[in-house]
Amino acid sequence: MAACQRVRGKERATDMGTALISPAEASFFGIPTVIFSVFILIFGIGIFTYLIIRRIAPLLNAAADPRLDRIMDRAKNTVRIAIFQYRQPRYLFAGILHILIFAGFVIISLRSITLVMLGIFEGFSLPGFEGTLGNIYDLFKDLAGTIVFGSCIIAAIRRGFFQPERYSVPPKYGKGHTGEAILVLFMISGLMVSDGIFEGSFIAAQIQKGFGIEIPIPGTITGIAAMIFIKTPLSSLQNIHLVAYFSHELIFFFFLCFLPLGKHFHVITSLPNVFLMKLNKGTVKPVKWGVAEEELETSESFGVKKFEDFTWKHMLDFYSCADCGRCSDHCPATAVGRPLSPRFISIKCRDYAFDKYPLFGASIKERDLIGHILEEDEIWSCTTCGACEEECPLMIEYIDKIVDVRRGLVDVGIVPQSLQKPLGALEKRGNPYGKMERKRADWAKDLMAANAVKILKKDVKADTLYFVDSITSYDDRIQAIGQAAVRVLCGAGVDFGILGPAEKDSGHEVKRFGEEMLFLQLRDQNIASIRGSGVKNIITADPHAFNALKNDYNGIPPVEHISQVMKRHIASEKIHLKPIEDSRAVYTYHDPCYLGRHNGVYDASREVMDAIAGIKRVEMVKCRDRSFCCGGGGLMLFYEPIEETRMGRLRVEMAKEAGATVIVTACPFCMVNIEDAIKTTGMEGKMEVIDLVELVDRHMIV
Amino acid sequence: MEILVCVKRVPDTAENEIEVNKDGSDIERDDLVYSVNEWDNYAVEEAIQIRDKVGGSVTVVSVGGEEAEEIIRREMAMGADKGIHLSDQAFEESDGKGLVRILQAAIEKGSYDLILTGVQADDGAGQVGGMLAAMLDWPFASLVNHIEVINDRTIKVGREIAGGNQEMNEIDLPCVLSIQTGINEPRYVGIRGIRKVASVEIPVFGASDIGLSPDLVGKSGAKISRVDYFVPDLGEGAEILEGDTGEILEKLIEILKSKGGIK
Repeated sequence: MAACQRVRGKERATDMGTALISPAEASFFGIPTVIFSVFILIFGIGIFTYLIIRRIAPLLNAAADPRLDRIMDRAKNTVRIAIFQYRQPRYLFAGILHILIFAGFVIISLRSITLVMLGIFEGFSLPGFEGTLGNIYDLFKDLAGTIVFGSCIIAAIRRGFFQPERYSVPPKYGKGHTGEAILVLFMISGLMVSDGIFEGSFIAAQIQKGFGIEIPIPGTITGIAAMIFIKTPLSSLQNIHLVAYFSHELIFFFFLCFLPLGKHFHVITSLPNVFLMKLNKGTVKPVKWGVAEEELETSESFGVKKFEDFTWKHMLDFYSCADCGRCSDHCPATAVGRPLSPRFISIKCRDYAFDKYPLFGASIKERDLIGHILEEDEIWSCTTCGACEEECPLMIEYIDKIVDVRRGLVDVGIVPQSLQKPLGALEKRGNPYGKMERKRADWAKDLMAANAVKILKKDVKADTLYFVDSITSYDDRIQAIGQAAVRVLCGAGVDFGILGPAEKDSGHEVKRFGEEMLFLQLRDQNIASIRGSGVKNIITADPHAFNALKNDYNGIPPVEHISQVMKRHIASEKIHLKPIEDSRAVYTYHDPCYLGRHNGVYDASREVMDAIAGIKRVEMVKCRDRSFCCGGGGLMLFYEPIEETRMGRLRVEMAKEAGATVIVTACPFCMVNIEDAIKTTGMEGKMEVIDLVELVDRHMIV
Repeated sequence: MEILVCVKRVPDTAENEIEVNKDGSDIERDDLVYSVNEWDNYAVEEAIQIRDKVGGSVTVVSVGGEEAEEIIRREMAMGADKGIHLSDQAFEESDGKGLVRILQAAIEKGSYDLILTGVQADDGAGQVGGMLAAMLDWPFASLVNHIEVINDRTIKVGREIAGGNQEMNEIDLPCVLSIQTGINEPRYVGIRGIRKVASVEIPVFGASDIGLSPDLVGKSGAKISRVDYFVPDLGEGAEILEGDTGEILEKLIEILKSKGGIK
């Protein structure tokens, strides 16, 4: 008797033949089933290839987008984010489910190839997997398959029965997507089960024929199937074996061709999408890649007006959206009832692409992209806070797309009336309030008289520039932050000056609202003033200015936010702080979007606060990279959105829930929005807000 | 439809602090920023929208020195097809009628179906539209907040009247209308738009080009001259009534009765 062959799953002939006839050798009413195998393979691959070619079509008409720089960084990102699913655990339960399903898929991928070949070549195994390695792999893939199956069942119950809120589809966006989700989960489950039955039936036959003591892992689908089939007659097992096989192949190729049809396209596009992700956070893409700034003047058209104006990477983003809803779940605009939901920008544009470039036949007569599919209010509602991009497990970009659409709207003059005045004022006076340029430094009049601050000129120099920006210069309340900043910098012994009337608005929001030419004008004026002043470094207390100077400008000295400066000077004991004035107050820090999320500066402010002895500090649930936008800054303060409540009000409620009585912020716009919200929620007296610089100013020992 | 819109370059009230100058003849103009008169801007937007609907062309005209050109150009960047710049030393210091004579002469050199002006400009006189219509002997409607083209001989115009009510009238072409703010939402004109029309030719016409005798306009032709310009003395501040609601109401009713506000 031949020694028991290690043939589990491998239908290699022994002297006694195989336990069951393989699909490569069987026949069905006289027809060799291998014909079906070949046919399914050719047809499946053929259809899939056709679908992919049709899906690539719009990308060939799209705008350019260079994404092959910094290959090492891209490779590292792909490993961390796409393969190790770094973003998934942010939603722990769903994240673990997805990681299990994804990891299972990766492990099972080799099995899938093997199965296809098994229908054509009896006893096929991948090179190197013939012996022990193959055995071990089979055990892993059985486990993986069972875990995937279990995860899919849990996912289907969660999706179909518990229906988490973030998957819901508001009526204006169409029908729900749960049907498609459950269908896919069932298809995946079907793949796992059919493979398990295919294996299990063979093992049961082996045991019945006494071919070997193959013991599959109990509890796996294969194991359970083998157990169930242990007494099943061989002829039935033969049929079960073949039916399981062809079910698997049909489901497999159907699933493969189903992927490019909807949200499961992400299964294919996820790795490339992450590999090609945007690397330079904080700034916005140029108006057109490959068009230098000097050439912009003569450019035919700015921004996105039709679908093909999007870059190919943005189109790939639309394809890659997995419809998970994590972006919209954290979008502050969605939370306050504005007509913006990032998830549906992706879904709507993806569906638009599917309609405009259909798989078969002529393009479906479509409505305009801008104005109909994407509405103006939807586009203007975005505060560019970046919460959506921070959540997306596929690294889909939203801010660049929204800015591009805004550029297109500005180019044809479609700008909300409420923004036209401040834009005009920025052009004429260098600030959105329309106040006179020569009064830009009036806030510092008394401090200048006391020699605490100077205006940099030809004969007045300093090492450091304190870049004030417009709101701190002109707003009655916010001037106090500027004054506190001056006192703190003086107290720390920093040699600094301000640009005074020569300073223009940083233009941060001008750029993000699509008025690129005005931004360039402001930027160039500021760069000239900054360079002309001869300073070696720049400090600002305004995160929007910080982000603009650091990421949008070029060729100027390095810039820091004042929280980083204060942290340094406290650590080196240039600033000494007395113990907390009000020991009963409970402080919480609100991370400004442009300091935290966009620039990764979370700890400096916290360390500054903790340096005040006796301070009681709590964290809000949505803190650090999940900080909830206060409502936006710059031009956003002038925009009149359609909304149910204000972001500031929700934020103040969050502070209250965390048990805080004082909100500390490090951004003048956050100050405006939160102060406003404290008043309108009737929390005056119960909640206060103070800027970090003001807090230090109050506790600084001079 | 051939539409002409009269536009004026004025100090921007939102972005300026207006002060009377030292010799009391005018406001201090050194630090001012100027832009197109807001009412005129609405008028140009309306003209563009009408043209886009029924065809024809929109011409923008302004009377002024060199500085007026940038205003004409901005309105062309907005979408007006042609610009006319009326400039001559003889035009300076014209009174209202003189200004209208200048416009009339230019209008009679062309052929227009519809003329739009803003309801008023920086000096609040609000006279150009009506005077122009009278001198051209054309029908006129003021404070127009809605325009509908019926055919090439008639249009329908809406006017907001007392009490927030709306009145609709039919008016024959050619006619003059003065346009009220809020009639539409003017499109934005950015730096890029202005640069696009930077090299478009805007003809400049002087008194002789439009066949106007200089003694009808300018200082010599003016029948009105300004003698003074000042900020009036401040009166006493408002009277704040004290007490609880009942007491305040009593005092208020007493004051209103004594001043004849209620019987």
